Amino acid sequence: MKTEQHTGKIKKAPPWVAIVGNPNCGKTALFNRLTGLHHKVGNYPGITVEKKSGRIRNSRIILRDLPGTYSLNSKSVDEKIVSDMVQSWRDPNSRPRAVIVVADATNLIRNTYLALQILDWNVPTIIVLNMIDEARKKNISIDANELQRRTNAWAVIPASAKYGQGIKEIIETLERIPDNVLLPNHPPRLVEIENYSEDIAPLEQFLEVKKDSLNHHPRIEALRLLSDSGYINYLSKFFSASELQALLDITKQVKSALTVKNIPYHNLEQSSRFAYIDLYLGDVFKKDSVSRRSMSERADAILTHPVFGPLALLLVLGFIFNAIFSWAQLPMELIQSGIDWTSAQAGAVLPDGVFKSLMTQGIIGGAGTILIFFPQIIILIFFLSLLEDSGYMARMAFMMDKLMAKIGLNGRSVLPLLSGFACAIPAVMSARTIENRRDRFVTIMLIPLMSCSARLPVYTILIAAFVPAEYILGFIPMQAAVLMGIYFLGMFTAIFAALVFKKFYPSKSVQTMLMELPPYRMPLARSLWWQIYDKGKSFLTTAGSIILAISIVLWFLASYPQQSDSRQQTSRERIEYSYAGQLGHFIEPAVKPLGFDWKIGVGLITSFAAREVMVSTLSTLYNLENDSGQSQSLIEAMRKDRYPDGRPVFTVLSVLSLMVFFVFAAQCMATFAVIKKETNSWRWPLLMTGYMTVLAYVSCLIVYQGGHLLGFI
Amino acid sequence: MHRNRGKGMGKNTKERKMQEIKLADLKPGQEATICSLTEHNSGNDRLRELGLIDGTPLRVIKYAPLGDPIEIKVRGFYLSLRKSMARQIRVRLRGNIEN
Repeated sequence: MKTEQHTGKIKKAPPWVAIVGNPNCGKTALFNRLTGLHHKVGNYPGITVEKKSGRIRNSRIILRDLPGTYSLNSKSVDEKIVSDMVQSWRDPNSRPRAVIVVADATNLIRNTYLALQILDWNVPTIIVLNMIDEARKKNISIDANELQRRTNAWAVIPASAKYGQGIKEIIETLERIPDNVLLPNHPPRLVEIENYSEDIAPLEQFLEVKKDSLNHHPRIEALRLLSDSGYINYLSKFFSASELQALLDITKQVKSALTVKNIPYHNLEQSSRFAYIDLYLGDVFKKDSVSRRSMSERADAILTHPVFGPLALLLVLGFIFNAIFSWAQLPMELIQSGIDWTSAQAGAVLPDGVFKSLMTQGIIGGAGTILIFFPQIIILIFFLSLLEDSGYMARMAFMMDKLMAKIGLNGRSVLPLLSGFACAIPAVMSARTIENRRDRFVTIMLIPLMSCSARLPVYTILIAAFVPAEYILGFIPMQAAVLMGIYFLGMFTAIFAALVFKKFYPSKSVQTMLMELPPYRMPLARSLWWQIYDKGKSFLTTAGSIILAISIVLWFLASYPQQSDSRQQTSRERIEYSYAGQLGHFIEPAVKPLGFDWKIGVGLITSFAAREVMVSTLSTLYNLENDSGQSQSLIEAMRKDRYPDGRPVFTVLSVLSLMVFFVFAAQCMATFAVIKKETNSWRWPLLMTGYMTVLAYVSCLIVYQGGHLLGFI
Repeated sequence: MHRNRGKGMGKNTKERKMQEIKLADLKPGQEATICSLTEHNSGNDRLRELGLIDGTPLRVIKYAPLGDPIEIKVRGFYLSLRKSMARQIRVRLRGNIEN
């Protein structure tokens, strides 16, 4: 019985449909199917996640994808996005034309809880039984018509987003729903198992009066008020101050009445809803016995085995990191030569002057730093998506959770932190898989401590120049040992920093590690492609634009002011005369205690564009031509460089100090930009820069001055 | 269905209470039924929303290689939860109760 009422009002805005569902129910896959291959994804920066919206294929209906949630009683920031939106449906003008509740057909009982909560808002609700192909393979039978009849959903449509089944029917059903349908009030979909109705009656009666403006059943409102003390904020605008006080008082009385009867008032909704599911819907779907061992469980006998599990994990991670380094090498070289070629072409075509310098050094150089990391980012995103889609990511988190819990994080932090060794940018982006906001932000703060691949050229040249190619104890190569020590320094500091965060920013929620282990699934090529496309694009546009802007600023600092006869000058003199050079001299007193001279100071400033820029800056400052023998001659020049009083500029101590600086200092604008984007605030990137700069400075001071005190030069 | 068949008959309440143990004390492979989630907090709240309400059967799959968290199968899906949480869940062993 679908009674409809047309308000007859002509709306200019196109109709929209909300799409909700549990995490991992295939919601995004369905969204992509419905909106089609050429959908336009609008990214709305949320606090922790993106809300996506797109137009349904060959239709004017707008589809809004919302973060996955298990219930409308939100426990996290992304879940709150969903519950806040649903709360806005009290106002008929902000109601969607319909709601699609995506339910995992292989796991229907649990998915039904959210569906029932949504259904009770009396907006036309379509339950999509997704992954119906998988359910059929598992011999799970669901009577869709019976489910529709009993829950009074608008429609129940079996579908498979993976294979495109049922998509047409969903679109047709949506098209046929008229605008502004107001379904008649349906009794709430729950079964009272504790005898509480008498006790909560005063609360229900009070809310009954405002039924027309609340647009939500008083019984459900009453249960939510009892379970969540913050829920009253959703109702406050419908009541006067005195009414609100009365509401609070009644809630308090009801709570104490229930306490007397020993009824746990916090979870009446959950028990009543599951009682409804078990008693009223139980025969609609075949239940899976807890005793049955699924295919995934059998696979996990090895993959999360106490011995073989961690071994397999090491193999997988080793393979991925090797791939990031080795697979990316060729495309990175190609991009580098492409940029050099473009720069040379532009240099040849453009007339000498400011514009040429801006184009070749500022813009093309800046775009270069963005593009050069792109292959690594794409490869990492590919593997992350693969791990996530296949279901292995959850197993990794399961195995590593205890280790991470010790430092106040959870199992999901492992992968972003390890990715940091390749590049902090995709690593920060991959932290999105951490649901807990606090753990996610702390993980992001630790990622830059992992020595990324951009730091490698700096370490390599410093070690090659100043660490003797000798063996410790006759068999351990000293250069390799120093390099490894540098990597470990970052890792151990990250553990320490995590403990500091744990002390000063402790986790408030207990829900840190409640995680479903989804069945293993074959990842779908189109889904992988879309993830790579979306994330790659958002990196290029958001982080890219900031990087470009800072590159131009840095170019300006390194090129101005110019002396009138700048042509005759060497590049070293030009830089020394520029703002960057002046800044280098200006900060020299500050970096001198760390063992750095003004040239290194300039390098520290320019390497904010990207760390490996340090090497090219030093080359420029030592008047070196950009030829193949660059690193060799740079090493020579650095070894020979002397202060005016004849002391060498680079000593073992100052080189060590410089490497320590590179381990700790937050000198990467791309990381800064991506953290700004991912946390949607300036506070976190500034905190990152602040704590890492202090850490770098103090550590270098200890290394250099402490070394002096111990008698090293 | 075959809950407490034979052996569970005629037990008095006190003995029944005695059978209640913490989920975190179960061994891999053991099946049990949820009796109660002792405390009220957002974690337990979420467990109830996932369908872990009184009377729900479950099976312990395993403990993670480092001993924590614990993996259970409940209502047709596999769930990982930390032992600290599993200590707050009281369960009653199903089927053959070992002495």
